[in-house]
Amino acid sequence: MSRLRPFFWRLAALAILAAGVHATWVRFTRGLGAATHLSDQFPWGLWIGFDILCGVGLAAGGFAITTAVYILHLERLRPIVRPAVLTAFLAYLLVVLALLFDLGRPWNIWRAVVLWNPRSVMFEVAWCVMLYTTVLTLEFSPVLFERLKWRRAARVVKAVLAPLVALGFILSTLHQSSLGSLYLIVPTKLHPLWYSPLLPVHFWLSAVAAGLAMVIFESGMSARAFARALEFDLLQDVARAMAVFLGLSLFLRFWDLGARGALPAAFRLAGPGSFEAQMFWLETALLAAPVLLVLWRRARSSPAAVFAAAVMAVGGFLVHRLNVSTTGLAASSGVRYFPSWVEISVTLMIVTVGLILFALAVRHLPVFRPAPSQRVGWEER
Amino acid sequence: MRALLFDVTKCLGCGSCTSACCQVNYLPEPDDLDLCDHQFTVVKTAASKGGEVNYRRLCMHCLDPTCASVCPVGALRKTPAGPVVYDAAVCMGCRYCIQACPFGVPRYEWTSLAPRVRKCSLCAGRVAQGMPNACAEACPAGATICGEREALLKEARARLQADPGKYLPRIYGQHDAGGTSVLVLSPVPFRYLGLPENLPGEPLPALTSWALAGVPAVAGTGGLLLAGLWWLTQRKAQVARGEAEEESAQGDRR
Repeated sequence: MSRLRPFFWRLAALAILAAGVHATWVRFTRGLGAATHLSDQFPWGLWIGFDILCGVGLAAGGFAITTAVYILHLERLRPIVRPAVLTAFLAYLLVVLALLFDLGRPWNIWRAVVLWNPRSVMFEVAWCVMLYTTVLTLEFSPVLFERLKWRRAARVVKAVLAPLVALGFILSTLHQSSLGSLYLIVPTKLHPLWYSPLLPVHFWLSAVAAGLAMVIFESGMSARAFARALEFDLLQDVARAMAVFLGLSLFLRFWDLGARGALPAAFRLAGPGSFEAQMFWLETALLAAPVLLVLWRRARSSPAAVFAAAVMAVGGFLVHRLNVSTTGLAASSGVRYFPSWVEISVTLMIVTVGLILFALAVRHLPVFRPAPSQRVGWEER
Repeated sequence: MRALLFDVTKCLGCGSCTSACCQVNYLPEPDDLDLCDHQFTVVKTAASKGGEVNYRRLCMHCLDPTCASVCPVGALRKTPAGPVVYDAAVCMGCRYCIQACPFGVPRYEWTSLAPRVRKCSLCAGRVAQGMPNACAEACPAGATICGEREALLKEARARLQADPGKYLPRIYGQHDAGGTSVLVLSPVPFRYLGLPENLPGEPLPALTSWALAGVPAVAGTGGLLLAGLWWLTQRKAQVARGEAEEESAQGDRR
């Protein structure tokens, strides 16, 4: 059984990659129309809603943890820095990769560097993502330098790490919130359960919560796959911070819905608008359950419950982003959008590539603190 | 500034405007019932209580266009002469313009490997030469006329005044979404003509400008705040370390 398992996963990964390569071929030889279910009525689908919005949000653990350690000097969290930065770094590389699939004229992507339209939220996002990916590369580089024994290079980067982390925080705050601002321009199209002038604030708060949830999720997965994980009391701290951000996010969300008089839409559980209401409650339940779990002391002391809380928080985050980008726009578009097999295949391929790169990095680079008996040549800071 | 005035009550539904549009834009004969990547205007029919009316769909050429404001590279822009024009050479194909347009106008070449955004250009080339717009020139009934926006507004007001029972008392495009260069008079509610009636009177780009205006503030206060927190928490750790050392030194002396 235990020997069968890795074999099964490898086979699954191989199948997903093969399908993804075929889907890539279809996308770039036959165009967006043949490859996707996008249309003039529904120009943004799974690739924007999941690969970009969720990919960037789930990487928010990178800036949250580095800020906690390098700016707030919460030294206890230091062992989490590397897995969090690695996640963020890989996520941003994959987001840029996904963007190349979604853009109709990807060869023009560089033009945002020279042609400035400061009135465009997309322009701001483009610049922040570009700069923050550079920051993440630098933040992650000491891990590589250590492995290569380039001591001087590692020292140089570490000397400027604090300002670099501060820059990362600012850039992340700007573009995490701006992904929400992208939808400020569609007040008549986006369903009132999701449209709000506070979209940028909602996106920022929920991204921080989701980023922290990802740290817990990854530690749990790494524990099973490589017997490398973070100490449980650290994960409890992260879970508490996650619950705080989830709670804030939910509070603001309901206050906002109440203030705008949009709450009745949430109770339209039959007839037109019921699908939106159901998706809203799915999202809310998945985001509220982890808060309750973490508040409940007996659950908080169980690794399985903390892991479950993180999984639900990530799930709720994904549902929220997909609700904003697809559910909430369905009614006004007048069409039914469901992603094509090419869109799904490419997305699965990108996620799989991310998992493989993460596994390779954990195996070959000093990312997680090794078990005490193997702690040879492990460099702190 | 060049503008169009479309009067629903005068439209015969003959489709001359669509044919003329396709001709001057080197597009194939019109064959679609809606706007598409090879049809920048279309005549449609709407049924209402008072019977059927014919109406046109085309780019509204907003005074402060949403599409131009959201384009990250400025591939779309409003020209001083009136038309909102598109430059495919710099477009990266993010389709934010299609997503953002409150009128649902821009179309995409989904089947192309180098897709362009397609829409009416208000005959920008002809306007530059002082020529009339092709659709207005072709219209046999005078349902679409072209001219300066101010003059057309005056004309529209005169028509409303002369025959108030014939029209809804509103010039669509005078204020909607901050005003447009295509103005519409209609006897039936504008939503039947595919024109949203719930658009704000101010341009939509104002909805994102406050968020973007916050960028320098976030960067500035964020930087200062982080520097302050860094110094404060570092100082705290230093003091704690110093106190611990002092305590142990005192313990040694005793």
